[in-house]
Amino acid sequence: MGMTITEKILASHAGKEFVEPGEIIDAQIDLALANDITAPLSLEEFEKVGAKDVFDPEKVVLVMDHFTPNKDILSAENCKKIREFAAEHKITHFYEGGNCGIEHALLPEQGLVVAGDLVIGADSHTCTYGAMGAFATGVGSTDLTYGMIKGHIWFKVPESIRFHCYGKWSKWVTGKDLILHIIGMIGVDGALYAAMEFDGEAISALSMDSRFTIANMAIEAGGKNGIFRVDEKTMLYMKTHSKKPYRVFESDPDARYRQVFEIDASKIELNVACPSLPSNVKNVRELGDVDIDQVIIGSCTNGRISDLEAAAQVLEGNKVSGHTRCIIIPATPKIYRQAMREGYFDIFLDAGCIISPPTCGPCLGGHMGVLAKGERAVATTNRNFIGRMGHPESEVYLAGPAVAAASAIKGRIAHPEEI
Amino acid sequence: MLIKGRVWKFGDNIDTDIIIPAKYLAMTDPKSLGEHCMEPIAPSFHEKVMAGDIIVSGSNFGCGSSREHAPIAISALGIPLVIAKSFARIFYRNAFNKGLALLEADIIDNIDEGEEIGIDLSSGVIRWRDMEVTAKPIPPFMVELINKGGLINYLKKQLEE
Repeated sequence: MGMTITEKILASHAGKEFVEPGEIIDAQIDLALANDITAPLSLEEFEKVGAKDVFDPEKVVLVMDHFTPNKDILSAENCKKIREFAAEHKITHFYEGGNCGIEHALLPEQGLVVAGDLVIGADSHTCTYGAMGAFATGVGSTDLTYGMIKGHIWFKVPESIRFHCYGKWSKWVTGKDLILHIIGMIGVDGALYAAMEFDGEAISALSMDSRFTIANMAIEAGGKNGIFRVDEKTMLYMKTHSKKPYRVFESDPDARYRQVFEIDASKIELNVACPSLPSNVKNVRELGDVDIDQVIIGSCTNGRISDLEAAAQVLEGNKVSGHTRCIIIPATPKIYRQAMREGYFDIFLDAGCIISPPTCGPCLGGHMGVLAKGERAVATTNRNFIGRMGHPESEVYLAGPAVAAASAIKGRIAHPEEI
Repeated sequence: MLIKGRVWKFGDNIDTDIIIPAKYLAMTDPKSLGEHCMEPIAPSFHEKVMAGDIIVSGSNFGCGSSREHAPIAISALGIPLVIAKSFARIFYRNAFNKGLALLEADIIDNIDEGEEIGIDLSSGVIRWRDMEVTAKPIPPFMVELINKGGLINYLKKQLEE
């Protein structure tokens, strides 16, 4: 019986030849991640159990990205505690201030995750790293504490769902449109407890940035992880960013899947997830006049350089609508600098955009762009739940960067071809 | 273990941003988190709910983020148990790790808000009016973990040895 890529990575980390869905395994972890929101609870447990050290100070990553620059006294105090913990336990990878970026854009960029790795993170979007052919999944702070101390933790081997994509992509369409299409098709619990595996010629044609976007939103379909085959683009990405040894795993031809979906990429159009679930997906052309107060282009989903490039293409020579605010959030300092060098900052500033430092900030209604009652936003983020970006009576529409930029110019949800 | 309580009904896909909005996540104190539990859709929930009350919900309860503040906020109000058609997977692990009991059963359409409900946690049998439903069994591995006192106590024992 064959195994999927997810099963193979889990088996290899559990010291087993073979695992199957439903099996409980104890697996070694290559990296344990927490942020300024989840680490405080984790450190409380760390203290409670009387642990002395983390399992490996080079394999614990702490990123102060959610409320950075610290939004209030409590968040500043949390970061202070975590900073002291990092110093005491000689944690190599502590990110704050000028070296801090949004964790799921930062870790691959810093070369901390490579193909074949098993990563747990106290953040649900940890599944992003599946784009690199790694198994990565979100856990709570308590599970993270266990992993951080022991270097291994229990997993239930998930069933896999395969999304085989063929055909050519239309202009402007990116990974965001594909993953929104899939969530719209299977629902927010359509992949509950499952691994979502993406392959096919249309997937090979996608950039690494688009693959990160897709893997990132696996959790929005209830998935345990999203995962991609390692190809020449993954190899080039790893060569550019990391010196860590990697391992390439591939699904066997006779691997078992709970479901297989065949998706024609040429039929995927620019999609928007309407309030208040990521599965409430409509084609952008189906939407009538939807006035917009704010646009956010950023986040662990779509704050990478190709996202900013797409936004700059649409915004160049145009102005943001008078009644709309457009906030651009490069996800990491490196992306920030690159966008500046490419001249995107001039385009954004000329258009009347606000350029924010890297932060999760408004995506979760934390700070740096929170919505008032009745306000409506188009965001390249990942969740549009009730009150996600601010007041419970505000609304979020999720889209890719080109639609977000076009909407900022028109002051209503718009297709980039209208510009 | 037998528990009895009044029912509070919530629908499908109750996400963690509803259970505890992210703007409160700089707090870790259970009492303060409890005061904002379910705030976006039921702002006065924390005032009306009484210790021992039970949440009954639809599918995919706890979807969204990995924040452990969510089960902490629910437990802080004295709610011992959530019964839902299904749970999101990270929330499921977190709740057990934090001592909040969860049962999977599809009862929401046959029960009224405020009704008294009785649950035998060890057998998973849920009783109200003349109705009786048995919840999906808790996975044996989770039962074992609960019997060891939960993940953190299990870890503590390992470290002490």
